[in-house]
Amino acid sequence: MNLTRDHTLYETLIEGGKHWSLNLRAGVRLRLVDEAGGANVGMLFYNPYNPLERYNAPDTLKCQHTFKLTRGHCLYSDMGRIFCSIVEDSVGWHDTVCGNANAALVRRRWGERSYQEARNDWTQNGHDAFLVEAGKYGLGRRDLAANVNWFSKVAITDDGSMQFAAGHSVAGAHVDLRFEMDTLVLLHTCPHPLNPAADYPRKPVRVQIAEAEPVGADDFCRNFRPENQRGFENTRLYRTCGCGVARSG
Amino acid sequence: MRSQASTLDPARASFREVVPAGRYWIKRVETGQTVRIVDLEGNQAADTLFFDALDPADRYSAVDTIREQGNVYLSYGSRLLATSGNVLCEIVADTVGRHDTLGGACASESNTVRYALEKRTMHSCRDSWLLAVAEHEEFGIAKRDIAHNINFFMNVPVTPDGGLQFADGMSGPGQYVEMRAHRPIIVLISNCPQLNNPCNAYNPTPLEVVIWDADVS
Repeated sequence: MNLTRDHTLYETLIEGGKHWSLNLRAGVRLRLVDEAGGANVGMLFYNPYNPLERYNAPDTLKCQHTFKLTRGHCLYSDMGRIFCSIVEDSVGWHDTVCGNANAALVRRRWGERSYQEARNDWTQNGHDAFLVEAGKYGLGRRDLAANVNWFSKVAITDDGSMQFAAGHSVAGAHVDLRFEMDTLVLLHTCPHPLNPAADYPRKPVRVQIAEAEPVGADDFCRNFRPENQRGFENTRLYRTCGCGVARSG
Repeated sequence: MRSQASTLDPARASFREVVPAGRYWIKRVETGQTVRIVDLEGNQAADTLFFDALDPADRYSAVDTIREQGNVYLSYGSRLLATSGNVLCEIVADTVGRHDTLGGACASESNTVRYALEKRTMHSCRDSWLLAVAEHEEFGIAKRDIAHNINFFMNVPVTPDGGLQFADGMSGPGQYVEMRAHRPIIVLISNCPQLNNPCNAYNPTPLEVVIWDADVS
C-alpha cells in the first residue's frame, strides 16, 4: 500500500531512545518506518476497556507455529482475540522473546548518560520507558509482558543459542499493522537488549496512521493459517456483540 | 543440553505430594530449599510460575531469563530470573536436559484458536491457575500476575528459519527437574490437563512434588 499524504490521518517521527503511547481503533493501519536502518521498536498491546487482556507472545507464537513475526501473522491477546495483523513487512523477521534492556543492562553495555549530563541524549532503556507509558493508564509492572521488538532479529541455533542479527533492518524498511480491535499501544524506540553496538544506538522511527482497507474474505492474514480464521471469528464475536464497543465491520 | 542427576535422597525430604493431572499446586518455598518436580509416568507437562514471595509483583520473566543465559532452552544450571533481574531459583538437577519457556500455557481461549471454537469449555492450565489464586488470596497474586511460564518436560524446538515445533516429549517415567530457591518464592504449578496435543501424549498423568530443607544433603 502506498501511503500518500492523502491517505495519512496522522504522521510523526519518534527519535531514538524515546517512548510514546496511543489508542488505536479497529480499522486503522499503523506503519512503522525505520528511517536510518537498525531501528528497534518495543511494543505492547492492551484492551483499553479491560487492560487485563493484553498481548500474549506465547499464544501468538504457538497458535501460528512460529518463532519470528512477519507478514500474515496476527498478534493475539490472552483471550484468543487479535489486536492487529501484520499486513505488510519489508523486513521478514521481528523478535518477540528478548524483552527489553533495563537500566542495569544499559549501564553495563553502553555506560549511563544521565539526563542531567546529556539532556535529550540520555540513555533511556525500554523497561523504564514501558513503566512510564503504562503508568499513564493506571498500569504498572504487574501488567507488563513479553513485548514485540519490531525490526530486530534474533536467530536460534540448534542448541538454542541466541544470535542478534546486526544490519538486519535497512533504512526505509517498514512494517504495517492493521488493528482488528480497539487497542492501547505502548511503544519505545530504545535499543534491543542484545544489540552489540559499541555506542548506544539511537535510531528514529516514523509513525504513519491511515485508514485500513476492509478485511475481505480472501484476506491474507485471516487465511494465513486456519488458526487465524478462528482468531478473527473470536474477534468478530467481541466486536459485534461485546458490550459498549459494537461497530459495523 | 545438560543433564545432571540429584544427590538428594527422597527419604530425607520434608514434603512430598502427588499432583493429579488437571489440578494445581501452590506453596511458598524458603531460601535454600530444593523443589523437585517428578514426571511420574512420563510425557507430562508441568506449567510452572514463580514469584518473589516478599514482592509477588516481581515474577519469573521468561524473556529476561533466556536473554541473560543466551539460550532459549532451560536446563541444568539455568538461573530463573524475575523481571527485576533477581535470581528466584536455579535448576540444580535435571535428568531431561531441555525444558520449554516459549510456548506458554493452555487456556480456554487459545484452545479455540489452536484446535476449534467448540473446545472453549475444555479444562486448561490457566483455569487451574485462576482457581489457585482465587483459593489462596494470601499470596497476593491475581490474573494480572499470571504471565509467561515454564513448561517443564515439554520440548518445543525453534528451527533456524524461525519456526516453532511441538515435538515429542524428551521426558519419560520418573524423570525430574530440581530448583533451589535463592530467595523466598511462591511456586505455582498446573499439572497440564491438555487433551488436544502431544505435550502430554494425549494422556495427562500425575506429577509429584518433593521438597528438601536447606540443611539436608
